[in-house]
Amino acid sequence: MRIELQKRAAVSPLFSLVSPLLALALTLVFGAIMFAILGKDPVAAMYAFFLEPLLETWSLHELAIKAAPLILMGVGLAVCYRSNNWNIGAEGQFTIGAITGSYLPIVFYDWHSPLVLPLMLLLGALGGALFAAIPALLKAHFNTNEILTSLMLVYIAQLFLDWLIRGAWRDPKGFNFPVSRDFAPEAILPAIWEESGRAHWAFIFAIVAAVLCWFMMRYTLKGFEITVLGQAERAGRFAGFSSKRMIWFGFLFSGALAGLAGIGEVSGSINHLQPAISPGYGFTAIIVAFLGRLNPLGIVASGLVLGLTYLGGEAAQLSIGVSDKVTRVFQGLLLFFVLSCDTLIYYKVRIVWARMRGGVA
Amino acid sequence: MTIFEAILLTVITASTPLVIAALGELVTERSGVLNLGVEGMMIMGAVAAFAGAQIFGSAYVGILCGILGGAIFSLLFAFLTLTLVANQVATGLALTLLGLGASGMIGESYVSIPGIRLGAIAIPLLSDIPVLGPVLFRQDLIFYLSIALVLGVNWFLFRSRAGLKLRAIGDSHSSAHALGIKVIRTRYLAVMFGGACSGLAGAQLSLVYTPQWVENMSAGRGWITLALVVFASWRPWRVFAGGYLFGAVTILQLHAQAFGLGIPSQFLSMLPYAATIVVLVIISHNRRTTLINTPASLGKAFVPER
Repeated sequence: MRIELQKRAAVSPLFSLVSPLLALALTLVFGAIMFAILGKDPVAAMYAFFLEPLLETWSLHELAIKAAPLILMGVGLAVCYRSNNWNIGAEGQFTIGAITGSYLPIVFYDWHSPLVLPLMLLLGALGGALFAAIPALLKAHFNTNEILTSLMLVYIAQLFLDWLIRGAWRDPKGFNFPVSRDFAPEAILPAIWEESGRAHWAFIFAIVAAVLCWFMMRYTLKGFEITVLGQAERAGRFAGFSSKRMIWFGFLFSGALAGLAGIGEVSGSINHLQPAISPGYGFTAIIVAFLGRLNPLGIVASGLVLGLTYLGGEAAQLSIGVSDKVTRVFQGLLLFFVLSCDTLIYYKVRIVWARMRGGVA
Repeated sequence: MTIFEAILLTVITASTPLVIAALGELVTERSGVLNLGVEGMMIMGAVAAFAGAQIFGSAYVGILCGILGGAIFSLLFAFLTLTLVANQVATGLALTLLGLGASGMIGESYVSIPGIRLGAIAIPLLSDIPVLGPVLFRQDLIFYLSIALVLGVNWFLFRSRAGLKLRAIGDSHSSAHALGIKVIRTRYLAVMFGGACSGLAGAQLSLVYTPQWVENMSAGRGWITLALVVFASWRPWRVFAGGYLFGAVTILQLHAQAFGLGIPSQFLSMLPYAATIVVLVIISHNRRTTLINTPASLGKAFVPER
């Protein structure tokens, strides 16, 4: 058996739409098989994992909480990847954004003002952008591989947070636990609709960011510049676009959104700083970006799907006793299937069953 | 044993997995394939080795399981990038994410179970040499394998016909294809060799370095490995030297933490990662030498014309 590919003359619009759905379906099938191997009833498991969290209002709120950072970061990363710059350190930028954004409510705890929250968000985005500026600088001026540098910086950011929380920013009344003091009420991102659940404004930021990005990519010169430089750098240079400036733009933009996601998560859901503030959101956002086909509106949908895997993992752990590690496996599988199904968009795939000898093809 | 010998021994133990995994990735990249999934293959190797050793009660079976685990896992990457021509960067990331998740799930029942340590093999006569003997010749099998791999990969790439073909593919897959060299088949083998080496490196982590299973125990070593290959400008001996440089940094910061120099431990733990960045910057700032050393078709998709 052999698989032959033939390049399509043009991108298939049908498969552009179908391939993410196909990937999703394949992941579900494989997931069911995996549960069966683990000795769980696959139907009950899939129900607990993917449907049950959608049936109650409070858990829809939780879904919005999980999806918000994923969408914010996914949108930023998509723009960055479109320009052919590979920022995979969103997790680190998320962490630094959470730290810089928490500076006001922790260090100036006694400053009560309606200005606190907007300044926090601003500082968070700024921190994320500045942290992303490091790999950008190294790529633009020293030609250094941005994949490796941005990833190394994730470890550095996490260690820095750990140091802060165990040292200078530890809550003096926290019984020596590594947590900061709880934020004052005016430093907490308000709930969208308090009567029914916890979902807070970060989700609205995420939707707004996605819509604005979609507009930018589709209707503005900047969007065109990003696409051209990403797909054909030489052509872009002839058009007068600077790939160096694009490195900066891609990283600062995705870093700022990751930083905003970080402070949004800390201010809205956790309400203090602690050593672990993210269950790998920054890495999952990479999957979100690809599942959404690097399209900001697609990313809203894929962010909800991956948010559901987090939520389902927690629910399934409680109700059917599978490990929450299953979540990461699902996420990894999903990215694999997305990438393989994308082949259908660019190529005609033919499976040749007979073993061929010379000249037949 | 003197403190000096002890430090040397720990440096060797910390460097061996880096050297092994980097050699594997070097061969993969020399064939023109960029596999960013080293971290994932390494952690899969680590969990496979630990499980194998537990089930069969032998660290040697564990090594074998680690190698197989890494190689089989890398096939996923090979199928996606070589047969389905998926984006290599994204697929490598997928391999890492899936590996970290799957190993966590597989290893869940092994958490906090005492592991089986791979025993040392003393080489007769040589192990009696003062100072050097106990350090170099009373080591475990994986260390000896790492040395054999440096020599072997160097010989293969620069002294054998197959190695020449592999490098030709990495420098221009279309020309190699036109000459009748089997591009895809060679690349499959190169990716699997990389996977096997990463798996062996993982086995070293869970059988020698810290003989137990801890989730995410590879702790970014796979990524450091990738940097190491760039640092070594795709040459086996430089991989060896670079691996020991990084191993030494890791160990020295641990000793510095133990001595308590007044520097917070977190900042010392940052050192290996920061060192990686610094080294990468130094190596790659000269565009021309980078261009000369990098395999020319690294990371580019290849679809054979029919």
